[in-house]
Amino acid sequence: MALPNKPLGELAAVANPEVVEHDVDVLIIGGGMAACGTAFEIKKWAPADMKIKLVDKASLERSGAVAQGLSAINTYIGDNKIENYVKMVRNDLMGVVREDLIYDLGRHVDDSVHLFEEWGLPVWKLDADGNNLDGAAPAPKLTEGGKPVRTGKWQIMINGESYKCIVAEPAKTALGDENIMERVFIVKLILDKNKANQIAGAVGFSTRENKVHVFRCKTALCACGGAVNIFRPRSTGEGKGRAWYPVWNAGSTYTMCAQVGATLTMMENRFTPARFKDGYGPVGAWFLLFKAKVQNGLGEFYANSDAVKGELEKFMPYGASPVTPTCLRNHLMLNELKAGRGPIYMATDVALNAFLDAKKATGMDEKDVKKYWKHLESEAWEDFLDMSVGQAGLWAGANIEPEKVGSEIMPTEPYMLGSHSGCCGIWTSGPDEAWVPTVDGPRSHQYKWGYNRMTTVDGLFTAGDGVGASGHKFSSGSHAEGRIVAKQMVKFCRDNASFKPELPKSAQEYADEVYAPVKLYLQHVGATTASDVNPNYCKPAGIMMRLMKATDEYGGGVATYYMTSGKLLNICLDLLKMLREDAALMAAGDLHELMRAWENYHRIWCVETHIRHIEFRKESRYPGFYYRSDYPTCDDANWKCFVNSTFDPATQEWKCEKVKCINIVETEPWL
Amino acid sequence: MPSYVDPSKCDGCKGGDKTACMYICPNDLMVLNKEEMRAYNQEPDACWECYSCVKICPQGAIFVRGYNDFVPMGGQVHPMRSSDSIMWTVKFRNGNMKRFKFPIRTTAEGAANAYPALKCTNLDDELLSTEKQLPAPTMVAK
Repeated sequence: MALPNKPLGELAAVANPEVVEHDVDVLIIGGGMAACGTAFEIKKWAPADMKIKLVDKASLERSGAVAQGLSAINTYIGDNKIENYVKMVRNDLMGVVREDLIYDLGRHVDDSVHLFEEWGLPVWKLDADGNNLDGAAPAPKLTEGGKPVRTGKWQIMINGESYKCIVAEPAKTALGDENIMERVFIVKLILDKNKANQIAGAVGFSTRENKVHVFRCKTALCACGGAVNIFRPRSTGEGKGRAWYPVWNAGSTYTMCAQVGATLTMMENRFTPARFKDGYGPVGAWFLLFKAKVQNGLGEFYANSDAVKGELEKFMPYGASPVTPTCLRNHLMLNELKAGRGPIYMATDVALNAFLDAKKATGMDEKDVKKYWKHLESEAWEDFLDMSVGQAGLWAGANIEPEKVGSEIMPTEPYMLGSHSGCCGIWTSGPDEAWVPTVDGPRSHQYKWGYNRMTTVDGLFTAGDGVGASGHKFSSGSHAEGRIVAKQMVKFCRDNASFKPELPKSAQEYADEVYAPVKLYLQHVGATTASDVNPNYCKPAGIMMRLMKATDEYGGGVATYYMTSGKLLNICLDLLKMLREDAALMAAGDLHELMRAWENYHRIWCVETHIRHIEFRKESRYPGFYYRSDYPTCDDANWKCFVNSTFDPATQEWKCEKVKCINIVETEPWL
Repeated sequence: MPSYVDPSKCDGCKGGDKTACMYICPNDLMVLNKEEMRAYNQEPDACWECYSCVKICPQGAIFVRGYNDFVPMGGQVHPMRSSDSIMWTVKFRNGNMKRFKFPIRTTAEGAANAYPALKCTNLDDELLSTEKQLPAPTMVAK
């Protein structure tokens, strides 16, 4: 029978997978920059007999947000003051951040960058004449006084195609191959049977063989990135894979931690980057390295107009900074688009020719100008080829040469993350040091409770995109944060040596839960002649589209220019409630589809927290990222505070609350 | 820009248990059909075009064709990656070509120091294993 009702994947799933149980002290969930930092650091502190396992959904060499490579390291303190780094992050994120976490990150991040360079990452340098040298040219290292090529105040340029491979290598060596499990997707964290609010394990499955893995652990790091494909993307065909953030980040970090009762913070924050249209290539180097400006459809360089200055004055003190906060830059762009003055173009042609004209004006001969142009052109293309090859492919397909014609830029669909220019995530303890404020009340109000970067759940840590209210850590900061956590997890094990984790259910019961989509599929697949259309179940691909439609139309996606309201948000929550119920009817016929099913569970949950937080915060804190039509202004008098939320696993109830935001670094001057 | 496999070049990594593209794809897209002994991208609309499979394929059998919902046909971007550098060929729709070569690593593969012998003991401060100093904020709020 030539009907298509069979699993599409090559690795068919079976009803009863093998169940494997593991007992470890430390469980590292994730394989990106943060988890690699933990893997590198932890054995330097751990006693020889400590059992540590790292479990990665992909393979360490190319997993996480840096898989493709990067053309810059966006956080390197260097000669700057760490306090000024705190000020920059605080201002960019409209005032509501955890300054203890940001300062702490700032004091550790350079050590990670120095390690990267030592391990072989090529870092661009300035030569004695101020010219750029690529990272392989002979030059002193950063630790030897080498001068990096700064673009902005905090960014340095690299030849970063192999960035992740280079960082993964010593992580693997340090932890030992035998302690790394790749292609195992952890889908649920488990609390201890006896000790309240204590992490005791996790469960996941292999995407390569029919096997469920059940872990018991004393402490765990959950660092699985941010959330992508949660709002309908601008490209809904093949191009939906060309997400700006890694398309495999499914909100697993936030969902898994929230489900065991970890308090979340600032989940209303999202990142809506303005990027080259469709290819989503980076704009940072174009703005900062090549000094390019944006032009509206009338050819006006609107960013310095009086109208714009007036608009920014509505958002003081944030609007006054020399580098306008990311959300407000979007806000200004959206104003142009909404007024019909689109499209917005990055004037790459103007910028590159200005460099050439400047060289010609110095009397440089034609041959040298040509040579200089070759170098400049190469730098421009490398920016894409290092980290967003698809943008180069789009330029090639569309015959675009950046010196001849500008390229359109556009705010993308929203993403949730905590390490880039966004700050949603999990509420964690800061360092246990005197300068970190002491606050009375439950952990959800406190700044420190003994273990740096521990969530409000005992033994459960997070890092990178997971840690909330502390954005702008980027790749280097995420690695540093993973290292911070490594030491803290060893300390937690030392202090809780007698703790014996016990899971409330049997390993088989967890396996049945993980494989429920497979059982549902096998039970009902015969009911129709085409496996994707069946009245008894729904497929993960359809559920994802349903989620993205609901958020786009009601939660402030691109469909409404990021505008929503209390009324729309409550409709969104009603849709998500039914979606969550129907997610229990997701069916998977093969192991790849089982992965997609669980990713979508994670997406639905984490989007629900996002919508709940936006609904709770009765203002528009991040104009340009989202707007509430019913509370359209940024209201510092009432809302310069965190919004924290906690899900109670026992009662299944959510609680949102306001939490005081404390300035640690001086506020006069603000910047 | 989904990846695709040239069947005349793919040998299924000779059926080894670690098919290179399957091993590396961060999104679990590349799969091996064992009957044909050929790999393919099972979910092109979930492809990030990260080029991990293209770069790792020992046969040079994997290429990328631009996303069909916004990239005009005819262009192609293709890398050749060695242990210390990468060479990119960018072919435009109009036939123009550009080539770029960039360094990717300044040390030999496998040479990154994992500091295996470094053992530290004081778990009660915040200093990391390779650090010497631990500053605290000075420009503090009043």
